[in-house]
Amino acid sequence: MSEYKSGSNLEKVLRAGHFAFTGECGPPQGANVEHLKEKAGHLKGCVDAVNVTDNQTAVVRMSSWAASIILLQEGLEPNFQMVCRDRNRLAIQSDILGVYSLGIRDMLCLSGDHQKFGNHPEAKNVFDIDSMQLIHTVKTMRDEGKFLNGQDIDAPPELFIGAASNPFAEPFDFRVYRLAKKISAGADFIQTQCIYNMDKFREFIKRAVDMGLHEKCYILAGVTPMKSVGMALYMAKQVPGMDVPDTLIKRLRGAGKGKVAEEGIKFALEQIEEFKEMEGVAGVHLMAIEWEHKVPEIAERAGMLPRPTV
Amino acid sequence: MIVAEPKPIKELLEMVKDFNRILVVGCKGCVTVCNVGGAKEVAILASSIRISRKKMGQEIEVGEHTLERQCDPEYVDELKDMICDYDAVISIACGVGPQFLSERYPSSKIFPGVNTQFMGGAEEHGIWSERCAGCGTCVVHYFGGLCPIARCSKSLLNGPCGGSANGKCEISKDVECIWDLIVRKMMEQDRLDELIEFKPPKSWITARDGGPRRMIREELVK
Repeated sequence: MSEYKSGSNLEKVLRAGHFAFTGECGPPQGANVEHLKEKAGHLKGCVDAVNVTDNQTAVVRMSSWAASIILLQEGLEPNFQMVCRDRNRLAIQSDILGVYSLGIRDMLCLSGDHQKFGNHPEAKNVFDIDSMQLIHTVKTMRDEGKFLNGQDIDAPPELFIGAASNPFAEPFDFRVYRLAKKISAGADFIQTQCIYNMDKFREFIKRAVDMGLHEKCYILAGVTPMKSVGMALYMAKQVPGMDVPDTLIKRLRGAGKGKVAEEGIKFALEQIEEFKEMEGVAGVHLMAIEWEHKVPEIAERAGMLPRPTV
Repeated sequence: MIVAEPKPIKELLEMVKDFNRILVVGCKGCVTVCNVGGAKEVAILASSIRISRKKMGQEIEVGEHTLERQCDPEYVDELKDMICDYDAVISIACGVGPQFLSERYPSSKIFPGVNTQFMGGAEEHGIWSERCAGCGTCVVHYFGGLCPIARCSKSLLNGPCGGSANGKCEISKDVECIWDLIVRKMMEQDRLDELIEFKPPKSWITARDGGPRRMIREELVK
């Protein structure tokens, strides 16, 4: 077996063949460190790594690298997210060196939501490079020890490279090829967009398996439990690239007053059970948005505890 | 006008190397004015292609046509009876041209024959320079009629930066510091107080940053 790429906990768990379980934590819209620590505390011991979002939905928050460092200090493994919207290639490479130097070992490479969706729609966007090129940049820095200009890096950053995939965006037929492209560019693991349309996801993962992509890269299925009917409707109508079938909305509605959240969790648990057995799926990425305190319960009920130590 | 320059002939020949019936399409708009894509340049490019293929001993048919404008469906339509006779089309209009052709003639293979540079004007015969970045909200009146968004290397609204020296920009002695010109002009007009005022961050919603742009003038729509 070859050496680890970064030696992160997530990499070790996946490499050892365990079914991975990752979580997510959004930095605060301010400098409220205690609140961040409290939110992250719920995830401790329940997940293998925690995604730290980078100005998600283009809303200004504490920087993802700083919040990642706080999580690291709290004894959690951060999966540092970086978007291309806010940085050019100089800042991107310098931040990569910076986070690695401070102990970050997992990194998720994203294009980023357009600023139009956020709270500073007047902003100029950067998009100097795209997510595909970002993945390739991290890989080049890590494996070849070179910057984008070909210049040598004295001590290359060793990061476990993540990328996102949205099986529900269009055109559907192209999505699996784009996934393949991200893997060729250097992705070690993939976290998918929240899955609600299981039929479509089964078809997507089947195509990925047929292409052998699951053997080149670890694919983690994205799960976000629905808290309410309102959230489901919002996800269905307002969030670009989200596919929420009517049957799920109907099921949540049918749960009755005060029981919708439990129904949402039940659906998520059923999904996780299926993913455990699904060929091509190496783990689950649980995005319990502003519901971090529910993660221990979900992890327990999903049979994900205790997390393996490798 | 939109200013463009020819693509290197080597690059163009490589692009169309697999095709033997090529139509070169020019435009009588901006690219004619900047001597890169009008009828004259269509003829020059067509004969260059013919000569080069002849040297290689290959048969080729090169058609020539120049449209009134390539950015107007009415004129693009003119090619409808002719375009199917060719297996490749080189447009030497600005970047709008090949796209309008591609949209109107979906089965045709369209190649760009020029590199579109900027919106600008002729300083003198043979020299063009940039004037407008198309940000969608003109602010030149704050800056003595000169645009720092298009013409300052950093698009500073509160310049000049510390790199301005001898009226030149820090990136090159061949680039004028537009802020040097703005300051001098505003001082001459006794408007320094306007320049001392803090200019807040600009909204880029109307610029390309806000997404691809489209404009509807209701009074003109049939």
